[in-house]
Amino acid sequence: MSEPVLTISGLNVDYGTGTDAVHALRDIDLTLHRGEVLGLAGESGSGKSTLAYAVTRLLSPPGVITGGEVHYHRRDGQALDLLALSAPELRAFRWQELSIVFQGAMNSLNPVHTVHSQLTDVLQAHRPEMKKSERTARAEELLRLVGISADRLGAYPHQLSGGMRQRVMIAMALALEPEIVIMDEPTTALDVVMQRQILRQLVKLREELGFSVVFITHDISLLIEFSDRIAIMYGGRIVEEAGAADIYRDPRHPYSDGLLHSFPALHGPRRELSGIPGSPPHLSAMPAGCAFHPRCAKKVEACDSHVPVLAAPDGSDGSRSVACWLHRGAPAPAVARS
Amino acid sequence: MKFLLQRLAFYLVTAWAAITINFLIPRMMPGDPVQSLMARFQGQLDTNAIASLQALFGIDKDQSIWQQYTDYWGHLLDGDLGLSFTFFPTPVSEVIAQSLPWTLALVGITTLISFVLGTGIGVFTGWRRGSWMDSLLPVTTFISAIPYFWLGLIAISLFAVKWPLFPAAGGYDNALVPAFDWPFISSTLYHGALPGLTIVLSAVAGWILGMRNMMVTVSSEDYVMVAQAKGLSERRVMFGYAARNAILPNISGFALSLGFIVGGTLLVEMVFSYPGIGYQLFQGVGAKDYPLMQGVFLIITLSVLAANLLADVLYMVLDPRTRREA
Amino acid sequence: MAVTATEVAVLDATETPAASKRRFRFLRGRKTVVGLCILLFFVLIAVIGPWIAPYDPDTMSNELLQPPSGSHWFGTTQTGQDVLSQILVGTRGVLVVGFVAGIIATILSVLIGVSAGFLGGTADEVLSLLSNVFLVIPGLPLIIIIASFVSDTGDLLIAAVIALTSWAWGARVLRAQTLSLRRRDYVEAARATGESTWRVIFFEVMPNLTAVIASGFVGTVIFAILSEITLAFIGVADISNWNWGTVLFWAQSNQALAQGAWWWFVPAGLCIALLGMSLALINFGIDEFVNPRLRTETGGSRKVRMRVGFTPVARTGTSETGFTPVARTGTSKKEPRP
Repeated sequence: MSEPVLTISGLNVDYGTGTDAVHALRDIDLTLHRGEVLGLAGESGSGKSTLAYAVTRLLSPPGVITGGEVHYHRRDGQALDLLALSAPELRAFRWQELSIVFQGAMNSLNPVHTVHSQLTDVLQAHRPEMKKSERTARAEELLRLVGISADRLGAYPHQLSGGMRQRVMIAMALALEPEIVIMDEPTTALDVVMQRQILRQLVKLREELGFSVVFITHDISLLIEFSDRIAIMYGGRIVEEAGAADIYRDPRHPYSDGLLHSFPALHGPRRELSGIPGSPPHLSAMPAGCAFHPRCAKKVEACDSHVPVLAAPDGSDGSRSVACWLHRGAPAPAVARS
Repeated sequence: MKFLLQRLAFYLVTAWAAITINFLIPRMMPGDPVQSLMARFQGQLDTNAIASLQALFGIDKDQSIWQQYTDYWGHLLDGDLGLSFTFFPTPVSEVIAQSLPWTLALVGITTLISFVLGTGIGVFTGWRRGSWMDSLLPVTTFISAIPYFWLGLIAISLFAVKWPLFPAAGGYDNALVPAFDWPFISSTLYHGALPGLTIVLSAVAGWILGMRNMMVTVSSEDYVMVAQAKGLSERRVMFGYAARNAILPNISGFALSLGFIVGGTLLVEMVFSYPGIGYQLFQGVGAKDYPLMQGVFLIITLSVLAANLLADVLYMVLDPRTRREA
Repeated sequence: MAVTATEVAVLDATETPAASKRRFRFLRGRKTVVGLCILLFFVLIAVIGPWIAPYDPDTMSNELLQPPSGSHWFGTTQTGQDVLSQILVGTRGVLVVGFVAGIIATILSVLIGVSAGFLGGTADEVLSLLSNVFLVIPGLPLIIIIASFVSDTGDLLIAAVIALTSWAWGARVLRAQTLSLRRRDYVEAARATGESTWRVIFFEVMPNLTAVIASGFVGTVIFAILSEITLAFIGVADISNWNWGTVLFWAQSNQALAQGAWWWFVPAGLCIALLGMSLALINFGIDEFVNPRLRTETGGSRKVRMRVGFTPVARTGTSETGFTPVARTGTSKKEPRP
């Protein structure tokens, strides 16, 4: 595996402070390697978007990062502690090294500015040496890159279709050729045909430009198709992390197994759709022990009292990890596959 | 352009509604206070004046409502608003023509100043929510809750009676003849300073609070978070994204609040005996001068409509969504 | 659905038992407590004012135009009436007119504004036209004219006239807010799934309008109180009915200013401003309560300062680790990519 570009260790995030605080993220350890596509999956409220925004410190109030570290690794080997940056340093880091394609491009573009203005202001902020004509040329180039004709540059967001707006957001994310692009449900609001089209384009662009991707979605079948590795989140923790193929063929956590059976696979053999009984827990009323145990069909004695640690399952080679008592300590029966 | 034409059509409808309300009020009210007043001036009125008053207030019960209505419109379109009782036999239109410029200047200048000032301060307090500037809010709240006229009373008692820095009444020095020369203009500025400051102080607090709330609302919009994620400068995010969008509702608010503001300034004119239409209105109220009161109401409404149209033009320039594609 | 984890976390948090106490937290805010206390004080005066007034407000005495003293706390008028008693007795009329007008106007504005915004089409055109007509027609001159044509101007009539001329502002704000809510993803979704219009209005739209409705109500009460006092001050309303405006009317018509009798008009004005301020402070409390993402005073912790776009990092406990090399940003040139 290649060198890491982003390492997250022991990250904790609360909403609110003091006695009213709820824990949104607990002890997140995650590494993004250079050039890979890392998928983040989980139901609404599992903390996947919170994780993406916490890394860049974009969480809105009352979000507070209460512990842990996030390091960005430059190509020259220097590490940058993102949680220790001052506001000007953070501003310089943002978009230059790490950009985001936000979910819901409807509200992500400012309705009163043209596409041109929203594409070039980022160039103006980070590349002050560029001339006005150069910025415009770059904006045209970016639009062509995502398959939009350059004459749409003068358009306002309300004059574009949903798919075009999302492409503009992607073009914007690539404006400075960052090392990392976080994609937060980039295609959720679009129809399936448009989804595929945009994702294919993303894959192509990634091969050309070589950036790393954190791909967030609740649609795990998309992740299996487009990502190299997948981390599955539940109740503010990562419960399983493994290669996409491993997750697909051999999910170890019962929750991963359930998620896989909640979405129809687009390729490969048909699976039975079953879904997961119950609903995700509230952040403020998290069950003791493994947060998933009230919904888990395979729970054992330790589950409702002890939090399982994310680690390599017993008897594996260390290329994957899971937080489940079924794979810890005493040999447990393998998770049934369908 | 289509947007503007639509607005124009709307204002014409509104003007029609306001004029019709004005027509209906004296006819819907119980009793007939106008007739008694008519009787008071009967001997002094010529037939033309009687005809116009009849058209305005519907004294002649033999006419059908529709006939009264068409007569009313006929007189209005001739610019005939009847005769003022207070300044008998001066026509109401003449009284208004004399006092309207004073009001337009006083209200126009002070409203513009307070809007610009309040919006500017509101941008900063809304953006830096939770900073020390929030502690200014109770003060502005307190000021915005004070009636304009009471602030005017305090201003007079402090700066005209206790420390006679400014004149307590009037629009200019009575020894001067109104003309476009320096002594007269400086005199109007001197007389207008205290009422003007009163209006600005009263109105600015409302703009601060309104803009602050809009800034707070807009700051949580996705596109502001995107702007932050892009690493744009604080200035660009604050003005180009947050304030640029937050000001839109404030501009529609600007024109619409004129109705409220005008109400407040009318009272300031009264307290300061400032020769605008507000002062005339109160003289009319005191003397039960219905033609004058109704004429003033009509003119104020039409002025507010015109101001609304101006704000619409500005809004159209600032919000691309109102511009239809060709 | 396209709801971020942040939204889920915060919106749901108000419904869980652990957080149910925060439902009333806006009552604990310093500003709100001050506002409520002042309002309660005036309500109390409105109820018991006539009984605790030391003198009959109409009774004249020989102590003409006396400054405040032990026997007359707020001094006396030109005719020897007690100013304090006039203000105590006059409080009831002020509050009754303010709240009656506020309630009528708020009901009108919700009915008209929300319907217009949600129904759209012809209904919107007609209702907007109606509210805009009432909005641009200056309220105060209209109230003055109506009131001066009517011979019998009691408190309730004044309240009704004020309500009829002041609902339009709230209706317009509500319409705009409803319109923007209607375009939000979740409302669109509810409509798309075939939920009935009124269900969508009451369960998806109205909860998000609470702040606007509440602040509209409070704002209308302030406007009504000011209008009523103004009417009394210029002598249009019934001047035999004591309220704070009547006090000011007599002060003005008896040249209190020129005689330097500040005690005659200062107390009434301060009462108006205090009452208005208390209502506005309550408005702040509602605003901060309903808009949880923008709450800044949380749990009494003053250590962490929330700031949009820059999530605070507040490491607590033992997770503080040693130094990490921090590289300066924006200095190193990026390597060219393949």
